[in-house]
Amino acid sequence: MNEKNNTLLIYTLLYFGFLYVPVLFLPIFSFNDANYMSFPLAGFTTEHYEEMWSKRNLHKALWASIKVGVVASVVSTTIALFAAKAFARYKFRGQKISYGAIMMPFLIPEIILAVAILIIWVNLGFKLGLVPVTIGHTLFCTPFAMLILIARIEGFDFSLEEASRDLGENAWGTFYRVSLPLYLPGIVAALLLSFIISFDEFILAFFLTGSDATLPMYMWGQMRFVQKLPHVLALGAVIIVFTTLIVLLAFWLRNVGQGKGKKDIAIKI
Amino acid sequence: MNNSFIQINNISKHFADVKAVDDVSFEIKEGEFFSLLGPSGCGKTTLLRLLAGFEYPTSGNLLIDGIDITALPPDKRPTNMVFQNYAIFPHLNVEKNIQFGLRKLGLSSDEIEKRVKDVLSLVKLEGYEERFSNQLSGGQRQRVALARALVRQPKVLLLDEPLGALDKKLRDEMQLELRTLQKNIGITFVFVTHDQQEAISMSDRVAVMNNGKIQQLSAPNDLYKNPENIFVSDFIGETNFLKAETKLSDGEFISVSIEELGEFKIKNNLNISANSTDVVCSVRPESMMISKVKSDWDICLDAKIKQTSYLGEMTRFYVEAKGIDKIITVSSQHFDNQSFENNECFISMSLEDISLLNKK
Repeated sequence: MNEKNNTLLIYTLLYFGFLYVPVLFLPIFSFNDANYMSFPLAGFTTEHYEEMWSKRNLHKALWASIKVGVVASVVSTTIALFAAKAFARYKFRGQKISYGAIMMPFLIPEIILAVAILIIWVNLGFKLGLVPVTIGHTLFCTPFAMLILIARIEGFDFSLEEASRDLGENAWGTFYRVSLPLYLPGIVAALLLSFIISFDEFILAFFLTGSDATLPMYMWGQMRFVQKLPHVLALGAVIIVFTTLIVLLAFWLRNVGQGKGKKDIAIKI
Repeated sequence: MNNSFIQINNISKHFADVKAVDDVSFEIKEGEFFSLLGPSGCGKTTLLRLLAGFEYPTSGNLLIDGIDITALPPDKRPTNMVFQNYAIFPHLNVEKNIQFGLRKLGLSSDEIEKRVKDVLSLVKLEGYEERFSNQLSGGQRQRVALARALVRQPKVLLLDEPLGALDKKLRDEMQLELRTLQKNIGITFVFVTHDQQEAISMSDRVAVMNNGKIQQLSAPNDLYKNPENIFVSDFIGETNFLKAETKLSDGEFISVSIEELGEFKIKNNLNISANSTDVVCSVRPESMMISKVKSDWDICLDAKIKQTSYLGEMTRFYVEAKGIDKIITVSSQHFDNQSFENNECFISMSLEDISLLNKK
């Protein structure tokens, strides 16, 4: 019995090590006073962070990623909210097909999605840039946002909306005064996760950005030069910290206000 | 008093192939406590939701106080509803819940404050203004739901099994309280329940529903004493059905052969046809008498007790009686399971307690 438990413990430790040790190297080497990622460590420095701070192109790329991320997350969460409400609340013809259609970008290899958008965009005579990237990210984020929102809305007691209608509110008033406040934690969670997905996304950006790099594109560009590696490590470390915080916040929000019995619904994604 | 305050005219509601409500017509009086009673799936809740405006009828129309409301959305109707699960807004406190429906009425803030205060005292929830739904007991939630609906001063209050979630003792208390409240404020109540005791004890009139149709609409005591068909007789209270066959009819009375007991002249309130085998006799357990010695009642039978159950205020006997080929149930307040030697007894019934019903 005891032996069995030890095996499980070793497996668990190995598993988490496999997951997180490579990620931990980034922050460690980002404070290492050397250009190469190798042991032994050469000494502590914050020089790489200072270098990161001074790069104009990095700032531009960061700003581009934020713009794309905000627009893509807001648009995809809005689309996802309407869709999730329809799927969770009503039975209608073509329900399964339209659900599948929205989930499709989730399953199609990203590179194919990227190529498809590229071909259409160029053939329509438009210039590559942040606009097609935003469109691609919106497509890609919508299924994630919808899964989160469906989980939130499925546990929703729709007699609350009927009660609001009964108490004299019209459909919009009901949405604004009852549905929206109750969906809000789910909406914020969907916004945050969509933003993170867009912020991290590389393949679509690689095909569609043209000259305006997003942050992952910028990092990719810097990787080619050995002497530029350390400040990318510093940037990577900062991004890890921020995305972890945002994801934790999103998960926490997703479960806020859901009764204990409903938690399983929230976690089933 | 307006006798046709609510008019339900030929209302049908079909969901795909299911006729949830099937060509129903009746009227509800102003200020009446009216109950829709029936087993689950009988159409009572659908009918209530049609009145509230959450469903629209397949055909027919609805009038309240002379105004056709058939096509009006819920927010334009003079009705308010107390939901089965209360549907208290979880993101608002008690006070905000109650104020919710006042915003669109164009009242001054003084008037709003006064109405909220009055209704809180009406449902005895003063001091609970700041509480949220999850900080309230079931009974308190029920009061909030009631207050939230009543504060809008609707012409009709619709109640969808509001006592179903409460425990027995609290339910009995709330029954009395709801009844008193309704008499005091004089608003028409339409109350949906599957609990026959609840409907009978609270209502001025009850409509018993089954399969989307009204089976009987009458005052509670009539429902109990003069059921119009086998469904109502079975659903309201408890009863024993006896095999029967009608013979000759002479107007008010009809000759009926009951089981192996012989022929009897029974009052024919429902105009049941002569020489029919499609009939049944119903006799309630508490209208029969169980005794140690023979009685001089219209029918008195030798019987043997098969089983007894002691219920506190009465004892229920399951007996085999001579001439009746099934176990019949008799209840008695005067005897308990110790009273009879060798389970030998007599059971007696009076002809006026036997009702003759059509099987269909």
